[in-house]
Amino acid sequence: MIPSDYLSAALLIAGAVFFLAGTVGLLRFPDVYTRLHALTKADNVGLGLVVAGLALQAESWAVVGKLLLIWLLVLLAGASVAHLVAVAARQRGIKLWKR
Amino acid sequence: MQALYLALALFLLLNLAAGMWRVLRGPTAADRMLAAQLFGTTAVAVLLLLAQATGNAALRDVALLFALLAAVTAVAFVRRAWPDQASDHDPK
Repeated sequence: MIPSDYLSAALLIAGAVFFLAGTVGLLRFPDVYTRLHALTKADNVGLGLVVAGLALQAESWAVVGKLLLIWLLVLLAGASVAHLVAVAARQRGIKLWKR
Repeated sequence: MQALYLALALFLLLNLAAGMWRVLRGPTAADRMLAAQLFGTTAVAVLLLLAQATGNAALRDVALLFALLAAVTAVAFVRRAWPDQASDHDPK
């Protein structure tokens, strides 16, 4: 393994940890709004770190470009979806969680 | 590196299986949709890892398509599929 492999492995594992955190949050958090918060971490940071790790290993710049394009698309979609779901949940009278 | 890619892909797949619990439990349609949304993102990550592990570049295009479809699905869900009896906001 060359040094960039170690960096890449570290980024990939960190990304997987964020996906794990997102899944645990989705299972454990008490209402829609807090679950949205867990979900966006996995979407944005988890996938971002995986993409960064894979980009270091990519064979050409075209592949790096495609990876970044996928990540940006997921970022854009994740932000819009989180907003839409939160607004729709409010409109449908889903109560905010209170301790 | 090959083994790491495959191990991480398997790990993400197990995450996905755990997320199924939320789809079954609900309690609201939105919770199920959020789980499906997480599946979409996880599937993208799994496909990117598999593309690198197997050297099959076409899988990256599949990942791109998944990312696109996940967005369209969620918007369609919020605008069309989620029944809205509880309020009279936003008439369609």
